Amino acid sequence: MKENSSTETATPTSAPTRRRFLNWAWAFFGLAAVTELGWLGVSFLNFRKDRSTPARAKSIITAGPVDMFEPATVTAIPQGQLYLARLEDGGFLALSRTCTHLGCSLRWDEEQGKFICPCHGSSYNAAGEVLTAPAPRPLDCYPVRIENGIVKVDIAAPQKRQCFEPGQVTRV
Amino acid sequence: MRSSRRSITDLILHLHPRSVSFSTLRFTLSWGLGGMAVTLTGLLFLTGILLLLVYQPSTDSAYSSVLTLTREVPFGLWVRNIHYWSANLLVAVALLHLLRVILTGAFGPGRRLNWIIGLALLVLLLAANFTGYLLPWDQLAYWAVTICTSMLGYIPLCGEWLQALFRGGSEIGPSTLANFFVLHVAFIPGSLFILMLWHFWLVRRAGGLVQAEQGRAERSPTVPDLVMREAAVGLTLVALVLLLAMVWNAPLQEQANPGMSPNPTKAPWYFQGFQELLLHIHPVYAVFVWPLLGGVILLAIPFWRGSSLPSGVWFGSERGRVAAIWTAVAGIAATFGVILLDTLVLSSDAVAANTLITRGLAPTAVLIVLAVALYALMVRKLRYTRAEAVMAGLLLAVVVLSMCTVVGVWFRGQGMHLVMPWAQGAM
Repeated sequence: MKENSSTETATPTSAPTRRRFLNWAWAFFGLAAVTELGWLGVSFLNFRKDRSTPARAKSIITAGPVDMFEPATVTAIPQGQLYLARLEDGGFLALSRTCTHLGCSLRWDEEQGKFICPCHGSSYNAAGEVLTAPAPRPLDCYPVRIENGIVKVDIAAPQKRQCFEPGQVTRV
Repeated sequence: MRSSRRSITDLILHLHPRSVSFSTLRFTLSWGLGGMAVTLTGLLFLTGILLLLVYQPSTDSAYSSVLTLTREVPFGLWVRNIHYWSANLLVAVALLHLLRVILTGAFGPGRRLNWIIGLALLVLLLAANFTGYLLPWDQLAYWAVTICTSMLGYIPLCGEWLQALFRGGSEIGPSTLANFFVLHVAFIPGSLFILMLWHFWLVRRAGGLVQAEQGRAERSPTVPDLVMREAAVGLTLVALVLLLAMVWNAPLQEQANPGMSPNPTKAPWYFQGFQELLLHIHPVYAVFVWPLLGGVILLAIPFWRGSSLPSGVWFGSERGRVAAIWTAVAGIAATFGVILLDTLVLSSDAVAANTLITRGLAPTAVLIVLAVALYALMVRKLRYTRAEAVMAGLLLAVVVLSMCTVVGVWFRGQGMHLVMPWAQGAM
């Protein structure tokens, strides 16, 4: 401690400047190190995010001929992880089987005629509309196309909706 | 021989002061809960290291490695059970420890930072429990993590980003398991270790456990008076855990099946109070607003002047004890009442147009008004101290959460409908 003070008095002007410069340099390098590490971490995590998002090679799946689905029925389509609902008026609606509340897998209850979530008790009707809370919005749906009497569903991305509208239904 | 014993004593005295106040040795002051938590953490570290030698953290082999562990490895089943029971008891012990700290006035001036560190420890060990729950990659694990990461999506602004971060992508898969594995075996244990040492050191710096004001505090030597007591509690607890682990097996369901949620799908017991809340409240409020409010209140409460009870006396006084009993009774009745009311009367109506208000803003406003009114009633009308009112409030929150947990564990059956426990064969 004593030696320190004696050198300071020996060079009264240069030492504080040098010290200030070195302190400033340390702060700069410290900040640079933190930035690098942060960048490293974010890039690392982002790469994993991108890679594990599955690239669906085939986004159009074939559900089957129109006649296979009776009006007012709901059929599970396992290869698309969805339900194909044929409404009473004959229109088709492809519903995601994932509950909009917290992502559980829904089961179609044939007797009660509704989707019931086993996790928090939400239920939906055949058109995917919420019957009982806590689900905040109707089931997501996928675009349906009917080509030559064959029902096809595009499962590239589920479409969120706030309420049921007739435009979402594909008619024969 | 003599010198080695001496060095052991010295080591103990590194962690403990040379002497402790005689009044803090009383078992019914602290119930040894802090020591129990340390013992269980030790058991978890030891059994965790063994499990790590067998477990394989990939979605293809995780489940089969757990099966190998329980069926082929000698004592593998027992080691897994010990880990499971220690972890679950640790949650219970830590919550009781928190309650003890509230009820004996141990978060006042001089202990504020330690209260915050204690809360951080609680969060960490809940996280440790939950991340461990995922590792076997069975049905329980898969759907618990589905629900939990979906909850993150409701956080405003950064929800989707957080969700993708924890899942390691848009869907649950190998990256998710890798994330939770790293959290469970590296990040959380490391943080726990550092914060625990800090926690103990701050207890020592605050002059040991809380004690009632006395003119002349009698001191006892740490070795052997305190150490013997600690050993007695610790060894009894270890014996109890080993016994539990022999009798009851840790659950393991079928391998994860992304296509089928089991009915009913329930969270681990320490989150079922929270799950019960999710049945009634809009997710944005249940996942974000209420936990945020609760967290801010818990963090801020020691900094409110006069919020801590007189130290070292349970409930502060005889009057405080009576208030606490009434609070608990009212809390139990109110919780069951509200759940029944909501299930039987309110939910049976058609879905309200705007659940964000009817099931979010409105209940929150009612709660805040009730809290303020009850506080005013206790302090202004009934002449309780501020500390006693705060104690009653915190106790009420604990009781309500516990009752929600009871309902979630025993009174929820298929489709999350209310049933009697004996009707679903859960008891």
